[in-house]
Amino acid sequence: MSLSTKHLLGLQNLPREDIELILDTATTFREILDRPIKKVPTLTGTTVVNLFFENSTRTRISFELAQKRLSADTVNFSTASSSTKKGETFKDTVRNIEAMKIDIIVVRHQSAGVPTFLTRISNASIINAGDGFHEHPTQALLDFYSMKEKLGNIEGKKVCIVGDIAHSRVALSNIYGLLSLGAKVSVCGPPTMLPRSIENLGVKVYYDINSAIKENDILNVLRIQLERDAGNAIPSLREYHKYFGITKERLDKYNKDILILHPGPINRGVELTSEVADGEYQIILDQVTNGVAVRMAVLYLLGTLPS
Amino acid sequence: MDVLIKNIHLINPEQNLDTVTDLLIENGVIKRIGKIENINNVETLEFSNAYCVPGFFDMHVHFREPGYEQAETLLTGANSAAEGGFTGVAVMPNTSLAIDNGDLVNSVLAKTKSHLVDVLPIGAVTVGRKGEHLAPMAEMAEEGAVAFSDDGTAVKTAKLLRYALEYSGMLNKIIIEHCEDESLAGGAMNEGKISTELGLPPVPAIAEELTIARDIVVAEYTNSPIHIAHISTKKSVELVRHAKEKGLKITAEATPHHFTLTENALKSYDTNYKMNPPLRTEEDKLAIIAGLKDGTIDVIASDHAPHAVEDKEVEFTFAPNGIIGLETELGLTLTELYHKKILTLEEIIYKLSVNPRKILRLPLPRIEIGEKANLTIFDADKLWTVDKNKFKSKSRNTPFDKKLLTGKALAVINNNQLHIID
Repeated sequence: MSLSTKHLLGLQNLPREDIELILDTATTFREILDRPIKKVPTLTGTTVVNLFFENSTRTRISFELAQKRLSADTVNFSTASSSTKKGETFKDTVRNIEAMKIDIIVVRHQSAGVPTFLTRISNASIINAGDGFHEHPTQALLDFYSMKEKLGNIEGKKVCIVGDIAHSRVALSNIYGLLSLGAKVSVCGPPTMLPRSIENLGVKVYYDINSAIKENDILNVLRIQLERDAGNAIPSLREYHKYFGITKERLDKYNKDILILHPGPINRGVELTSEVADGEYQIILDQVTNGVAVRMAVLYLLGTLPS
Repeated sequence: MDVLIKNIHLINPEQNLDTVTDLLIENGVIKRIGKIENINNVETLEFSNAYCVPGFFDMHVHFREPGYEQAETLLTGANSAAEGGFTGVAVMPNTSLAIDNGDLVNSVLAKTKSHLVDVLPIGAVTVGRKGEHLAPMAEMAEEGAVAFSDDGTAVKTAKLLRYALEYSGMLNKIIIEHCEDESLAGGAMNEGKISTELGLPPVPAIAEELTIARDIVVAEYTNSPIHIAHISTKKSVELVRHAKEKGLKITAEATPHHFTLTENALKSYDTNYKMNPPLRTEEDKLAIIAGLKDGTIDVIASDHAPHAVEDKEVEFTFAPNGIIGLETELGLTLTELYHKKILTLEEIIYKLSVNPRKILRLPLPRIEIGEKANLTIFDADKLWTVDKNKFKSKSRNTPFDKKLLTGKALAVINNNQLHIID
């Protein structure tokens, strides 16, 4: 079995079979992570460059570990060492790096569409590690893996994505992928944080967090991006927390069977209380572990595609 | 320049002229109209299936000089205009320096005065286009500015707009407004279903509509003429239509890309679809077409906006807005509006030649013995494929490369010069 695509740009147009293949493959790699020697020679001789034009801790470390555990050669390029600050265009930067014979590019960029742009200027396989407010497919895939691990199946499950949907790359990838896997998807947040026409994507909209908790099997709770537009979109973090924050009281009261996911990093006391972030409803650190396995699966499947 | 044009279809709806005959031009002036035998030492041109009309005029172009000459100069821009079938253009003042005083207006005219194409400067409304205080509009008008605009942005405040309209009214010049509310601006594409799908920062249609509404109210109050540049939404068309019904001195223009393309094109993240105002929905596009048909929209203008490839071929949100348009404008107009039976040839001549000059209070070229020859010759049925590498513009930022169009300019004549188009 192999993927139908050379790139992982997003989940919007990725066939369900491809999503399932990645999740199945990840199961094999997840098992390797529990071995004493967590390394396989699968991608020996494959060169991967991590192009990070935006700060990232966990996504970058997760990709790097996944690459190392597959024995790929990896190079990192981040904004701190970026020549784009020295007046070189993005295109020139990419062409120069590619001239050093790169097989796979993992890219994170603040501008939506950069992974698509890369496919036009590079021959490498492109993996989107987050572009603007567009997609973050490997995050969504690790969310799905974690949901499946806990609940067995995604088909028919009700999943609500909570928070700043408009300024989230995780939300769109979750929506596209979950719908493709047969889940019922909703979003919850103040209207100022929901992008226009969101319901056209086939999702239900909640403004009341208690109903969202009551009526769903899973909440995927997003980080409130303090550094972005949140300051204008909500009156205050205090008010956000009061009306949309996930607290243990709410979960105990409205849905004791709910599963809480969060892509991290958490703003404790804003979208989640510490009690929830560390409590029995959540699987946040499982998500992080699974992230390495899912990224190994993506790298493996793209790195071994017949050319 | 002497030339005899044989067997040509002359049309000028302003003169009720519609006839196939011969045309003799001597020393740049129309000498004879009628059956004319070949004359020794006079070049004879014969086109098959060609119309000859009063020279086309694009009242909204950006030629980037001074400041961004790597994208376009006054000369390459004028060459691009001629190649597209235009004998005159009005250049926007958002260069660096902004054209905001009489000397700068004069320098634009001086640098282009020997060209076939009339390159007429639009002066800035405010000093440096900063929206703080009025630029010396009377001095600019005296030096030859044909209108005033802070294009790229709207005139910043209602108070400044009021003063600008009162002052320009005294000068018998118009204000051209780029309508966009600053507080809602700044996105990379139209807000809606597609922007949500693509995760691109959106700008809502109301950013344009709010400012058009403001401008209409202020224009009514001052009783001065105002021209709304590049309108792009359904409600914008409704606002202008309503203002015209009330008899206000409002005119409006639309670009070929807004009557040809929609936001769906953005799905490629190709920066050649990034412009301001952004491409809108199918419903908006149809409203623009309806506005062109019923006369709400007076003018077709390109908003020709050259950008060097290194500036435009970048990450989508970092890319500057705008596309070049002079060399595809006539082809798109004929393909999308004439051949689809939206506008007649006469209506197209109004929108590409007569109306822009009327709005700018410029003399109208006439096809008449003794008149200066200011003419565009085009073949409305010629099939051709756009090749951006053949453009005379210095820039290549077009979304229409490789598009098959029906209708092309063949020659332009103006200022005692003839240019035969490739």
